[in-house]
Formats: sequence, C-alpha cells, structure tokens
Amino acid sequence: MHTRNRLLIFGASLVLCAAASGATTPDAAHIVAAGNGHGAPPCASCHGADGGGQAAAGFPLLAHHDTAYLRRQLDSFADGSRANTTMAPIAKSLTAAERQALATYYARMPLPAATQRPAADSNTDRARGEQLATRGMWDQQVPGCVQCHGPHGVGVGTNFPPLAGQSAVYIANQLRDWRSGTRKNEPLGLMQHVASALSDADIQAVSAWFAAQPAGDQGGKP
Amino acid sequence: MKPAPRIAVIALAIVIVPLAARSSGQASHTAVDHPATEPAVAALPTFTPPPDSAIPDDPFGALVRKGRDIFTDTTRHAQPYVGNGLNCQNCHLDAGRRANSAPMWAAYVRYPRYRAKDDKVNSFADRLRGCFQYSMNGKAPAEDSEVIRALTAYSYWLASGAPTGKDLAGWGYPKEGFKPPLPPSYARGQKVYASHCALCHGTNGEGQQVAGKFVFPPLWGPESFNWGAGMGNIDNAAAFIKANMPFSRGGTLTDQDAWDAAMFMNAHERPQDPRFKDSIAATRKRHHDSKWSLYGIEINGHLLGTGTPPRDQ
Ligand code: HEC
Ligand code: HEC
Repeated sequence: MHTRNRLLIFGASLVLCAAASGATTPDAAHIVAAGNGHGAPPCASCHGADGGGQAAAGFPLLAHHDTAYLRRQLDSFADGSRANTTMAPIAKSLTAAERQALATYYARMPLPAATQRPAADSNTDRARGEQLATRGMWDQQVPGCVQCHGPHGVGVGTNFPPLAGQSAVYIANQLRDWRSGTRKNEPLGLMQHVASALSDADIQAVSAWFAAQPAGDQGGKP
Repeated sequence: MKPAPRIAVIALAIVIVPLAARSSGQASHTAVDHPATEPAVAALPTFTPPPDSAIPDDPFGALVRKGRDIFTDTTRHAQPYVGNGLNCQNCHLDAGRRANSAPMWAAYVRYPRYRAKDDKVNSFADRLRGCFQYSMNGKAPAEDSEVIRALTAYSYWLASGAPTGKDLAGWGYPKEGFKPPLPPSYARGQKVYASHCALCHGTNGEGQQVAGKFVFPPLWGPESFNWGAGMGNIDNAAAFIKANMPFSRGGTLTDQDAWDAAMFMNAHERPQDPRFKDSIAATRKRHHDSKWSLYGIEINGHLLGTGTPPRDQ
C-alpha cells in the first residue's frame, strides 16, 4: 500500500513535469518551420531556413543574435514601441513562452556562411559611410557606429545588435523608423538621437557600408 | 545589483560631510590642476581644430597620424606603456577633439604650467607622461621617445592657429561653477548607474569587450584607471560625466545625477596609486587630502585604496 502510494505520487509528478515543460518550452523549431497554429506563420518563410533573412526585401538576419535582444524586439512589436505592420500581428499571436523559445532558438543558430563574407559594396559614397561608421559626426554628438556596435559592427552584448551581416535595406529602414519615431524601443533614446541627425544620403551611405562588412562573433562581458 | 546596505550609506554620509567641511576652501592637492575658486571668465576664445584631411603628406604629417593612432588605440600602439584596458580617447572623446572632454588642442596651449600634483612646472610632455602612469596605469614613456613625440605632434597640429597661453572655450572638463546641489550619494548614484550606465559599462563597471578588446571601457576594477588618476576625483568625474555621458547623450543628466554617478563609480576599488607609500592613511594624507577623493575612506565595509590584484596576463 505504502509503496503503491509512493509510485502513484511519482507517476503524477512525472505527468506534471511533462505538462510544465510543455508550457515553458514550446517547440521553436516547429514554429520556425510551420508556424504556431494560432496566428504566426512560419518564421522561415521570411527570415530563411538558416535565419539569414532576405536582403532585397529587408527581412533581417536573426541567426546568432543575442537572446535577450531578440526577446525584447518581439515584446516591442507586440506592445507597439517598435511599430511594424508585418511583425505586430505575428508577435501578438506568440505567447511569452513562445517568444522566449524563439529568441533562444535563433540565438543558438550559427551564422549563415553567406553573411560571413562581405557583400559587394553598393555604396555611392563609401568615404562618407566609413566616416560615419568609424568616426561619427561629433558636431551633433553622434559617435562612430562601431563605438557601440563593436569593430565593423559585429554587435556587443544584449543592447547593441550586429549591423555586419544585415542588408543595407534593413539597416536603412530601421534608421528611418527611428527618425520618424515609429521605432522607439531602445534604451535612453540612443538611436532616435543618432538617426535624427542623419540625412537620407547619410543613411544610404552608412547602411551600405555595414552591409559590406562580414558578420562575426558578438562581444559582451569580459 | 544588490541595494547598498542602509547603514553603510548613512555611515558614508557621516564621513563625507566632515571631510567636506574640513577641506573646502583649501587649494586642491590632488590631480585637480585648477582650483574651483578660479574667477568666472565671461567668454574664452573659441577654436575649431583642422579636419584630419588637412594632415600634410610629409614626415611631419606621418608623425601626426602616428600620434592620432596612439591616442585612439593606445593599448595597441603604445602597448608597453599601458597597464589597463583604456585608450586616451576613452576620456578625451572624438580622438581628443571634443570640447569639454579635455581636448588636446586646448591642452597643448596651456603648457608649460605649474601643477600642484607634483609641485613643479610641467611641460606638455610631462603632462602626457603623467597620463600613462595614472590614467593608463602604466609606465611613463621617456621624454624623447617616439610615443611622446608623436602625441605631442598630434596635439600641436590639432592646435594649429590657436592662440597660446590662453584657456580656450571647451578646455578641460567644465567644472566652472559646477557644484552638487546635495552632497553626492552612493545610494542615488547606484540607481543612476543601473538606469543610465550599466547597459554599456556592465553591471559591475567591468566594461564590454569584443575579441579581447574593450568596446565599452571599464569604470573600475583591475582594467581601469588607478587611484592616482584625475578621473578618480569625484569633481573631475562628475564634470566629465555631465558633459559626455551617457555616451552620445552628454548634457542630458541632471547635475545631481552626474555627481551621484561619479561618487558611485569612484566608491569602487581600482589599481593602487603608484605613489603609495607606508600606508593607505599616509598616502591619503600625502596625495588625497581632498573632499573629492574617496581613497582611504571606508565604504560598505571596504577600505578604498586597497588596490586590485595584479592583472593576469
Ligand atoms: C581615465 C580617463 C583618462 C584617460 C584614459 C586619459 N586621460 Fe588625460 N585626462 C584625464 C583627466 C581627468 C584630466 C584632467 C582634466 C581636467 O583637469 O579638467 C586629463 C588631462 C589630460 C591632459 C591635460 C589637459 C589640459 O587641458 O590641461 C592631457 C594633455 C591628457 N590628459 C592627455 C592624455 C593622453 C595622451 C592620454 C593617453 C595616453 C590620456 N590623457 C588618457 C583623464 C584621462
Ligand atoms: C551608450 C553607451 C554608454 C553609456 C550609456 C554610458 N557610457 Fe560611459 N562610455 C561609453 C564609451 C563608448 C566610452 C569611451 C568613449 C570613447 O572612447 O570615445 C565611455 C567612457 C566613459 C568614461 C571614461 C573612461 C573610463 O573607463 O573611465 C567614464 C568615466 C564613463 N564613461 C562613465 C559613464 C557613466 C557614469 C555613465 C552613466 C551616467 C555612462 N558612462 C554611460 C559608453 C557609454
């Protein structure tokens, strides 16, 4: 009797554990490939099977990004602090647990080989792009981008995402969104300040410069 | 971050107030060169340094470029003289060009001058050498070394056409009339740090790196400036932070926030003052007898000035 009770409790807790882990770790790979069945299409349909994005359409690279950064972006799409007509309904359809699982999934994905080779530089004003990227525009208190995003934009820690490996279209879209205020989810208003100092030509030049940099391993704490 | 124990904070306030009362009015004896009693000067001459594109293509220009490279990437180009993870540019923004971050064009025309720190008239080279010993926690390069000649050439070139023997608008960190509304507080500083600094400099002031090189410099600990550095004085740090931090958003903190953040930053351990002799108390008396130095003061049960262990290379 005694032992049987014990076994019963053991069995019940096994079931509970399974249920709990089912609730906290949704199958990210499945959502990426097939959607979540309640509103989210497969992520891979825009971001690619390898998480590399689609350059011409401006769908970003997600592979190898910081987990917390990706999670915050999904939360921002859902709460509107990063207003985006494509991503808002998708993010809203994801549960908190699904967002976390997807962030972790993409963070663990290796960098696609294609992003590790510099893309052809489509820059019309390479010198201007490089100047902004490495030295900035201090008369308007704009530092060189790499001073926060790391050498050639590989990304640093949880707050400064990689720029290298992203397409010029995606980077330019973000800068314009900050400038117009549709994206305002970054700490201390850092990017709204930077973007508001940039002209259209500046945005073109600096986006093209970063698109031509090879992606690499992100930095963080020493 | 754990909130500071209440008792420690109260104890600190008790320590700071008498210290402040004791040393206010006396000329600073530490890294601060210019006493706060300097008369308010209405309008200093303004100056804009030439653009990098104007560096001449000749042997002089080559030395200027070398100086610029040392200034922006000191850990690489002057490695034997650097004992931490910092570069000159970390505290003198935009390659030593930015007004109100002690720009090199304004510095160049202020020397030779007397400094209480070492009680002698300093040449510009002396001043550069001091930065290596304290801010860079390293060794002073010889006066006639390539490193000093290159940094001097770069600064001289940045100052092309500037009037000499005058303070220029934007020199140093703006300390003129810059006083804390309330005595700086560790507890308030800890909050400012968490909300406005940690995202770049790390939760424990340790900075952030890519491939072994700091992108965000460390604010305390073994890889930061040592106890003898000017940035270790709360008044210098507060003025720098107010004008230049958060990076790219200089001028947005309240005066109080800047003072509190400076106090919090400088209430942490860092490499020993190379002038240390006999004891922390004796070293405080000799080199840190100022209300703006926390060297030799106990905070949260730790006696500041103990120093950090040698770097593991
Ligand atoms: C940790 C921060 C820090 C670093 C790193 C640093 N300095 Fe400084 N530097 C200061 C402070 C603080 C002052 C004093 C500013 C004031 O008095 O307003 C100063 C002053 C100077 C001055 C004199 C400015 C003047 O107007 O009189 C020169 C020259 C200088 N630094 C050069 C350098 C060089 C060269 C390096 C690199 C080898 C360097 N510094 C690295 C913090 C730093
Ligand atoms: C957006 C990122 C960012 C934020 C936020 C930020 N800093 Fe910095 N800080 C930097 C960078 C980058 C440098 C080096 C500047 C350079 O090399 O051009 C720096 C340099 C410094 C330095 C001089 C170098 C050193 O290591 O001692 C101090 C002191 C400092 N910051 C203090 C602060 C304080 C205090 C705050 C909060 C009020 C703060 N910073 C917020 C990025 C940041």
